[in-house]
Amino acid sequence: MITEAAFDPGAAAARATEAILRDTVQGSHRGVVVDSPPGAGKSTLVVRAALELADAGRPLMVVAQTNAQVDDLVSRLAEKSPGLPVGRLHSSDADPYDKALDALPQVRKSAKAADLAGLPVVVSTAAKWAHVKVDEPWRHAIVDEAYQMRSDALLAVAGLFERALFVGDPGQLDPFALVGSEQWAGLSYDPSASAVTTLLAHNPELPQHRLPVSWRLPASAAPLVSDAFYPFTPFRSGTDHDDRRLSFAVPSDGSGPDRVIDEAALSGWGLLELPTRHTPRTDPEAVRAVATVVRRLLDRGGAAASERSAAAAPLTADRIAVGTAHRDQAAAVRAALAELGVADVAVDTANRLQGREFDVTVVLHPLSGRPDATAFHLETGRLCVLASRHRHACIVVCRAGVSDLLDDYPSTEPVQLGTLVKFPDGWEANHAVLARLAEHRVTWRP
Amino acid sequence: MSLISTLARLEAVATGRAQPTATVRHRHLSERPLVLVPLVTAGEAGAPLGALVGTDRHAPTLLVVPQPRDRDLRFAFLAELADVVLPYVDEYAEAVEAAERSETDPETGKRVKVEVELCADAPQLIVPSRAGLDFVRLLGRSMRFRRTAEQDPETPHPAPPRVPLLGRWLTHFGERSRVPGSALLLALTEVLGRHWATGQSSLEDQHLGALLAWIDPPQGVPGAEAALRAELGRDADGQLLCPPAGPATDPAFDNKLLAPAIERYDRARTALATAEDGLEADDRLGELTAAERAIRALVADATRPTWDKVWDGLELLRALPEGAHVEERWTRDRWSFTAHRDRVLAGEPPQPRRDDAVTAAGKLAAREREQARLEAQEALDDPLVMAGRRLAGEAFAGEVTDVVMAYSEGRRPSPRPLVTVCTDDLPYLGERVKVHRSLGGKPQAAEFVGYEGEGLLVLRILDRMGRGKEPEAGSVPEKGDLICFTLFEHDQRGGAKLPDPEHTPWTHGGPPGEAAALPEAADPVTEEDLL
Repeated sequence: MITEAAFDPGAAAARATEAILRDTVQGSHRGVVVDSPPGAGKSTLVVRAALELADAGRPLMVVAQTNAQVDDLVSRLAEKSPGLPVGRLHSSDADPYDKALDALPQVRKSAKAADLAGLPVVVSTAAKWAHVKVDEPWRHAIVDEAYQMRSDALLAVAGLFERALFVGDPGQLDPFALVGSEQWAGLSYDPSASAVTTLLAHNPELPQHRLPVSWRLPASAAPLVSDAFYPFTPFRSGTDHDDRRLSFAVPSDGSGPDRVIDEAALSGWGLLELPTRHTPRTDPEAVRAVATVVRRLLDRGGAAASERSAAAAPLTADRIAVGTAHRDQAAAVRAALAELGVADVAVDTANRLQGREFDVTVVLHPLSGRPDATAFHLETGRLCVLASRHRHACIVVCRAGVSDLLDDYPSTEPVQLGTLVKFPDGWEANHAVLARLAEHRVTWRP
Repeated sequence: MSLISTLARLEAVATGRAQPTATVRHRHLSERPLVLVPLVTAGEAGAPLGALVGTDRHAPTLLVVPQPRDRDLRFAFLAELADVVLPYVDEYAEAVEAAERSETDPETGKRVKVEVELCADAPQLIVPSRAGLDFVRLLGRSMRFRRTAEQDPETPHPAPPRVPLLGRWLTHFGERSRVPGSALLLALTEVLGRHWATGQSSLEDQHLGALLAWIDPPQGVPGAEAALRAELGRDADGQLLCPPAGPATDPAFDNKLLAPAIERYDRARTALATAEDGLEADDRLGELTAAERAIRALVADATRPTWDKVWDGLELLRALPEGAHVEERWTRDRWSFTAHRDRVLAGEPPQPRRDDAVTAAGKLAAREREQARLEAQEALDDPLVMAGRRLAGEAFAGEVTDVVMAYSEGRRPSPRPLVTVCTDDLPYLGERVKVHRSLGGKPQAAEFVGYEGEGLLVLRILDRMGRGKEPEAGSVPEKGDLICFTLFEHDQRGGAKLPDPEHTPWTHGGPPGEAAALPEAADPVTEEDLL
């Protein structure tokens, strides 16, 4: 058994990466699956695997889910290996890719796959790949964010490659369908299930790996996120409690927002609890509280010290994010921030914050002020995304009484025969997170 | 639930009447729909008890299974149902018009236009509630794999001749009803619920009687009271004044009326079977006929109120003018009907029990496309629906206050006029977000440039202005025009092409193989099937 002192996160992560690359480059299986907890170096792994496959002379296609992810991957590839020609296959819409790619001479961009034939690496979205026809399939593919890809999207592109590396985070939001798909629930190829679910149902013998270390989450957050959302596949943080420090030049003025900021700076978590009340989705008090916390974070001259650099980096607006459950809530927070003169803070829903990283996040709790708890608000992945975007601290703004609400509304989704029941369910995960947050509670009446 | 429908429900509570959530009818209604009000036996999902069915409000056909556990009687019921439904379907299968469809030429692989038949109209089945839809699917599923004596002389329990065919058609209707906006098979509560908001929950709206009580309450009675009476009101015998719309029946009806009547029927049947001479048999046959007639009367009483309510509901819907895009969606229903007619005529086997991977993915993609298309079309057809989208920040309407001509950069500058719109709406616009408006039925795109002041937003028009340097007349909004832009697209692009089922990739289990080529057999007969 590994003792606390003997655990070397760098070595553990390197061992896992070596095993993954060995199976990918030399293994005999058609597919390799890698589960990656939040911030465990998934993108780094994808880039490294891509470069090794390119080195081995195997033509490679990379499938990502959104254009932003594709552009990000292409820039990372270009940065790591400036000599490697990379193809960026894009749609024929206006502004199909990030203009920053135009500055990279080794990146060839086209809306036609034929123009990019022969390049060692071609990257595009699943939606675009689905329209590509080839006579000769690619030798290898990397499918990024495979847990967020729907089974039917994989069906449309799987004919393009012989073998593939599937990388993704099983704890994040599951893909969803706009219409009911109960009719296919329980089928191994249920088109609304995730690509990995279908892949493993048909190919249970494929090797599955796991990245064991989160480099993003601080030591204060990794145990909670691991216990609440990944109880059967635990991970550790790559840093220790002393490695990161968040401090503020301006002392607290004693208000609720300032007290919760101090609590979060000290412990990594903060819960700003407003008086219990049923509210509309865009709860004006809660929205204003979120905006005030962000304003104070900026006003108080925060500095984030971490293992990345010797000097502490100032906590600027682009290092802060606000996460909500609904788009109208995000819009309301944006408006409130604009009123307080705050710009450049990312405010978005859980779906859109997936895969992104900040120093401090401020979260409007999905169940805050609600009279009921629906499956949408209870979804495990939603809370997991919101609670795992930060490197230093996460501040949750919430109305009191959510744990009673949870007890009143246990999850009632029908269990379908033949489908894998997801553990932990959102109900349990919500309780676990709330219990932990309660230790860092600051009650405030605005 | 959207904000506007919450408001409509609150208003319904306050006024005691359902509030309209649409100003036009968003579903096609046939001139001559076939209404089906089925009932099932408690405790056995697939055992029909009876049905009222027909196209004439005043002359429904009553079908009854006096002993629902008797398989022969059940087959007789299904055969009678087939005699009503199939002639109705056939009527529409015969009248055709010429149409064009693009198909992939098997030799060249190119898309070519082919002249094909399209049925001039299609049948329409109406059931009272969502549970009725499931029952139609269940009936279809239970019948389509049956074999008739003609198909398979060896089969131990041959089905009456047209029953498997009825199963295939009901399966098609049931499957098509899952496509958003389709109208081959409609549940009335769903259609009414689309057009009115009541002061009760959407779960309670599934009770046809209560729903109609809110929409069209008796003179001077508030909707809530009328709905409560529809749900709970009972007569002196303890029977519901408004029996459930089925297919499930009320337990009080089952216990007090139906069970004794069936028992009497069973006794009469046993007595007839043990009759010792012709005279005795005549008497006992009379008793059996009387017992059967009593059950028929019970089933008629239990279905007739629902039958009348269905036609009342249809009348209410017919009073609304049809939405502009409804005809287009109905045409797709006609294509679907024609395609299934052709499959039946070509002698293809019945629909498989489970979709294969490719079919399932294809259906899901098609339905998602139809859902998005339906939402867009309903908003374009109906200012009240558009108001809901505007309230949700997904559209905005306003007056054009300024138009400044501008041109794109490049070798051939094209017009890119800047239009300032004054609006009270609060759309969720970000930098360069695309917005769309309907210009002569075609979508015109613009992008959001920025705010010029409170409620003043600037758009750059991007397309549909012709090929010339100057935009075509009428293609650019003018000062003073009232315009409405949406953040959602008006039309849906076709999805990616999926592989053929025989090329199913390894990730999805590979090609189906030879097992799938064999026709599927009916479910094996188990001991429980035989009494």
